[in-house]
Amino acid sequence: MSGHVHKDYIGAKFGMWLFLFTEILLFGGLFILYAVYLTRYPQEFISAGSELNVWFGGGNTMVLLTSSLFVAISITALRRGAKTLCLRLLGGTIACAVIFMVNKYFEWSAKISHGIYPGSEHLKELQPGEMVFFNIYYLTTGLHGLHVVIGAVLIAWSMFLIKSDKVNADDFVILENAGLYWHLVDLIWIFVFPLYYLILH
Amino acid sequence: MSEEHAHIVPYKTFAIVWIALLFLTGTTIAVAQYDLGAMNVWVALGIATVKAGLVVAVFMHMKHESILFKLSLLTALTMLAIFIGFTFLDVLYR
Repeated sequence: MSGHVHKDYIGAKFGMWLFLFTEILLFGGLFILYAVYLTRYPQEFISAGSELNVWFGGGNTMVLLTSSLFVAISITALRRGAKTLCLRLLGGTIACAVIFMVNKYFEWSAKISHGIYPGSEHLKELQPGEMVFFNIYYLTTGLHGLHVVIGAVLIAWSMFLIKSDKVNADDFVILENAGLYWHLVDLIWIFVFPLYYLILH
Repeated sequence: MSEEHAHIVPYKTFAIVWIALLFLTGTTIAVAQYDLGAMNVWVALGIATVKAGLVVAVFMHMKHESILFKLSLLTALTMLAIFIGFTFLDVLYR
């Protein structure tokens, strides 16, 4: 049994893309919810949405774009044999994920301390449209935050496999697929940021 | 491995795309300071779509994938467009 292990590089990557399509439809559903309620409650969405801080949203946009750059470059680095650089870049990606979640923690804490969280007494006193806005805000950014955490775990796992040379310059599809997942996280945020933080001001 | 891998994208290409993405983020924040009425949504979505296109084409390597990948992506996005379009046929013209 020495020898050839069958690997299907294209198949592995295509499988990842098929999974990403289901993710696009999942978040697509949440964006439809947003769009439908925006047309129903335009004034309430503006009064509720203007409470979100554009600097949290904008800062986190920069952080995620930079993390995506690190992942993209890390694949080139690995394929050129620069393993140490690759690992440093992936470490940078995880650092970006941590910064993103710390920002999110401060942002959510500020909202929660003002009594704004799903099911709170304060939310029940607001207009129905404002309550809907904050509910789908928490749902969308919460689901996205979960994806950031899962993405960081996948990147950490790839780093572990690179360290032990199980993922290397000739066999790197695991890193590529973890990277695709990470870029999807970035992609979702590219739409969350303007819709929730910008256009309602 | 017997299969041929796609070509390696140089660091510089990624760096240029990253700068373009940061620039577009700055642009969308700057434009949002002006009240364009109903156009606000469409300008923001337009810029976001350009950014998403850059991420998919270059960071996610779609530009260099085979026609199978491209047609699949097109199918997924068409499904999403139908999903959104039919919802709004109901919401707007009920």
